[in-house]
Amino acid sequence: MNRRASRGFAEAAAVVVAAVVAFPLYWMVLTALKPGAEVISADPRPWTLAPTLDSFVRALTVQSFGRYLLNSLVVAVAVVLLGLLLSFLAATALTRFRFRGRTTLLVMLLVVQMVPVEALTIPLFFVMRSVRDVAPVFGLNHLGSLVLVHLAFSLPFAIWMLRGFVAAVPAELEEAATLDGASRFRFLWQVLFPLVAPGLVATSVLSFIHAWNDFLFAKTFIISAAENQTLPLALQVFVKPDQNDWGAIMAGSTLMTIPVLVFFILVQRRLVSGLAGAVKS
Amino acid sequence: MTTTARKGDGRVASAYLAPALLVLVGLMGYPIYQLVLISLFDYGQEQVSGGAPLTFLGLGNYTTLLSDARFWDVLAQTVGFAAVCVAGTLLVGAVLAVLATRVRTWARTTLFLAALGAWATPAVAGSTIWLFLFDANFGFVNEVLGTTGLSWTYDKWTAFGLVAAQVIWCSFPFVMVTLYAGIKAIPGEVLEAAALDGASTAGTATKVILPLLRPLLIVVTIQSIIWDFKVFTQIYIMTNGGGIAGRNLVLNVYAYQQAFAASEYGLGASIGVVMTVLLLLVTLGYLRALRRSGEAL
Repeated sequence: MNRRASRGFAEAAAVVVAAVVAFPLYWMVLTALKPGAEVISADPRPWTLAPTLDSFVRALTVQSFGRYLLNSLVVAVAVVLLGLLLSFLAATALTRFRFRGRTTLLVMLLVVQMVPVEALTIPLFFVMRSVRDVAPVFGLNHLGSLVLVHLAFSLPFAIWMLRGFVAAVPAELEEAATLDGASRFRFLWQVLFPLVAPGLVATSVLSFIHAWNDFLFAKTFIISAAENQTLPLALQVFVKPDQNDWGAIMAGSTLMTIPVLVFFILVQRRLVSGLAGAVKS
Repeated sequence: MTTTARKGDGRVASAYLAPALLVLVGLMGYPIYQLVLISLFDYGQEQVSGGAPLTFLGLGNYTTLLSDARFWDVLAQTVGFAAVCVAGTLLVGAVLAVLATRVRTWARTTLFLAALGAWATPAVAGSTIWLFLFDANFGFVNEVLGTTGLSWTYDKWTAFGLVAAQVIWCSFPFVMVTLYAGIKAIPGEVLEAAALDGASTAGTATKVILPLLRPLLIVVTIQSIIWDFKVFTQIYIMTNGGGIAGRNLVLNVYAYQQAFAASEYGLGASIGVVMTVLLLLVTLGYLRALRRSGEAL
């Protein structure tokens, strides 16, 4: 009886905690759906009887949030795809070939993950300024600059994670493929890539989220090209002293959170086991 | 795991590695070198636009920094803020991880789903939501507490507290999930043996479970220190760039403001170097702690 009572107590506590933790998200969606007058009411109520999509419409039309959503999506998807390609090739080189300096490279990949990338805003700002003179699309004020830096930040971890997956594919498979007359190229993309694909999921999600959430680099690089801003920055543009359109801000926040949330729920199991694996190795 | 050597292996390997290395050298290696270099110069607006020659200061920026009372204030604030965030994150995460082992699946799933939501929320969106919840006039929290009109972001300490609460909210899920997995991984026989030996619940917790979880606890602690020491987005958004007269600054935001608001790029870079060195020291301590606790790398 004592046992059951204590379990009941624990379960009640778990539900209360879950409600408190989820409350800010509930409040975000609720505010986005409330009619304007209720949002700025002096006594806010935790429900609404007249839900409306007005705030979403306002965010998407007046503030052209759709444009920024698209920009964020372009950056994040480009980072994921390029990251996949580059880290897969690099991980293959590091696991299936022996060459001089291989161990040094591996250690460097580990060390570089410990550098706080935020400290690099200043030099990277100047790097991007120089890049602008050579290839404008990848320089300041263009989405390419964001793709480049997030690609660089995500590579060390992605390569490190993929190494394990590539190593798990038996070498005999490549020998068999070679005997069957497959070229290196065909082996790489038609045999190895599909086998390693599960390992690519966790790293892709992490690089997507980093690129999608980034505020600091978007703020530093996209200084005078409003049409090239990404979501985190665009959201800040709505915030004006004393006259915030909270309905539209919360609608924007909702639009920004949903893709990440869906991603998290889809891959949560793989993400946690992938992270645990990375911690262990 | 290596295939038998084939002709041209070396060339193939370098071709596979080249793209990734090019990106990493250009956008990580070179900027690290540049960060140190810029921190050794008087690098302001005139120098950037080419209007004035560069002056080499050697360690000049560092002596300026270390003799500036403001820097020590910000450093102390950063350490204090990070300490509160780390302690809060670990406490909440650990308590909830234990709670999760004591409930049936439905309650655990509810708890984990809520935590997943907080974890997944982008920092910018999360900060904005919390600001609105604690808004002076339209915020729900003031409504519940009956303190309508109270500005949480005006006072230095309530502002720091609010940001810390937001940081804990979005970072405890990582600790909770990791520790929960760690507790679940302890074999049932170990706990049964402890019970057979007459150990109490508290005794089992401190003498059996805690030592087994030690390596994992070290990992999440250090990870939290590294994250919370360099919080940028939350402070920047919730205190509007570091608070009134910069009283809510932390190192990361301070470096940014010095460089991009005051155009003191050299000074900003030196703050970045100091931050990097401090974090590398933490990481070094991390590796040593891991080795001492018997974990192979």
